[in-house]
Amino acid sequence: MSETEPDVIDLLAGIPKGSRLDGVRAERKQARDNAQKSYEALLAPKFAGGVTAEDRYAVATFVAGLHRDARIVAFYMDGLGAQDPGRDVVEAIMAEIALAAADGPYGSYPPGPLTVEDKSGPVHKISEANRRALGGRLSAALEHAHLLTFHPRDATPAALQSLLDAGWSTTDIVTLSQLVAFLSFQIRVVAGLRILAASVSQA
Amino acid sequence: MSETTIAVSHKDRPVAFTQDEIGWTPWLMPLSEDQLTERHWAGLVDASRAKSPYFMLLARDPKILEARTKTDNDIFYNPAAGLPRAERELSAAAVSRANGCIFCASVHARFASTYSKRREDVQRLLDEGVSVGIDQRWNAVIAAAVALTETPLAFDQRQVESLRQSGLDDLAIADVIYSAAFFNWANRLMLSLGEPTPPAKG
Repeated sequence: MSETEPDVIDLLAGIPKGSRLDGVRAERKQARDNAQKSYEALLAPKFAGGVTAEDRYAVATFVAGLHRDARIVAFYMDGLGAQDPGRDVVEAIMAEIALAAADGPYGSYPPGPLTVEDKSGPVHKISEANRRALGGRLSAALEHAHLLTFHPRDATPAALQSLLDAGWSTTDIVTLSQLVAFLSFQIRVVAGLRILAASVSQA
Repeated sequence: MSETTIAVSHKDRPVAFTQDEIGWTPWLMPLSEDQLTERHWAGLVDASRAKSPYFMLLARDPKILEARTKTDNDIFYNPAAGLPRAERELSAAAVSRANGCIFCASVHARFASTYSKRREDVQRLLDEGVSVGIDQRWNAVIAAAVALTETPLAFDQRQVESLRQSGLDDLAIADVIYSAAFFNWANRLMLSLGEPTPPAKG
C-alpha cells in the first residue's frame, strides 16, 4: 500500500491534514485505515476477478448519483473515465441516474405485524436504449445496485438469480454487493463528516 | 460452472423485530472450511467466524472482508473516548430498524440492552419504530442515525446541534456517524444475501 495514496474519505469530505476533523479521524485510526483499504480492495483490486475495473467504477458512479452527491459522482466518474469506457456507456449511466431517482429506504416486510409499515417505491429497470449501451450484465448489476441502495428490504433470492442469469458468478455477486454496501457507508461518512466539520466545535 | 441460489423454506421466518437470538441463512453458497486458503483465513480475521455461513459467504472476496471487519471492530469496540459502546449499538439498532433488517436489529438491540441496562427502552425502539420518544440524548442519537440512513441523506446541522446539546463532543458525534454509516453497509449485505431464521429450539 502506498503511503502517498490520499485518504479518499478525507479527500471527498475536504478534511486537510492538521484540521480539527483530521484530529477526530486520528482517534479512530484503524477505522480510517481500513475504510481506505476497503476502498482499495473494491475500486483498485490487484486481482479484479470477474468484476472489471470498468464495472466497478460504473456501479460506483451510479450509486453516488443515486445519493445525489455531485462531488462524489465527479470522483467516481473520473475513475470510470480512466478505464476508457465508450462515451455511450458514460451517457447511459448519467441518463439512468436521472431516471432512477427515488427516496429511500422503502420496501415491504415479510407478511405479518410489520406489513402496516410497508412503503412502496419504484423498482428500477434499465431502459432498452441504455441497456444496449451498457450490456445485459452491467444493466443487471445497476438494477441490483438500485435495489440495495433504496429498498434493500425488498431483496429476494430471485434478485440474486437475475444476477446469476446475467452472467455474474456467486463470488462476483459477493463483490458487487460489498461494493454497493461499502459505497453506502463511504458516502455517509463523507457527508456526515462534512456537516460535522462545518459545525461550531464546543470541545 | 452453473450456479444457483439456495432454496429456503419460508415457514417460521421471523416477521417482527425482536431482541431474541434469531439465526440467518444464506441465499448463495458459502465456502466450506476445506475450500479455505491462507487468504480466506486472513479475510475472516477471527478463525471462529468459519462457523458462520454469513462470513463464509463473504469470504469469497477475502480482501474486502478483512478490511471491512477491521473497520467494524474499531468503530464498535475501540473503547477510547467518544460515544459509549451502548450508544454506538443504539445507533446500529436504529439504522437497522429504519432499513428493516430484522436480523441486524436483533443482534444490536441486544447489545444496546446489554451495555445500557435499558432493555425496555431498547424494546420500545423496536416496537414503536424510530419516531419513538425515549429521552433527549437517545432521541438525538436515533434521529441522527435515521437521518444518515435516508437516501439521499437527510443529515444536517440540526442533528449535530441536538447531539451537542445532549453532551456529545466531536469524537462522539463522529462515532454516531461511523456507527450509522457502518450499519448502512451491514444491513445491505444481511438483507440481500440471505434471510433470518427462527431461534434455535430448546
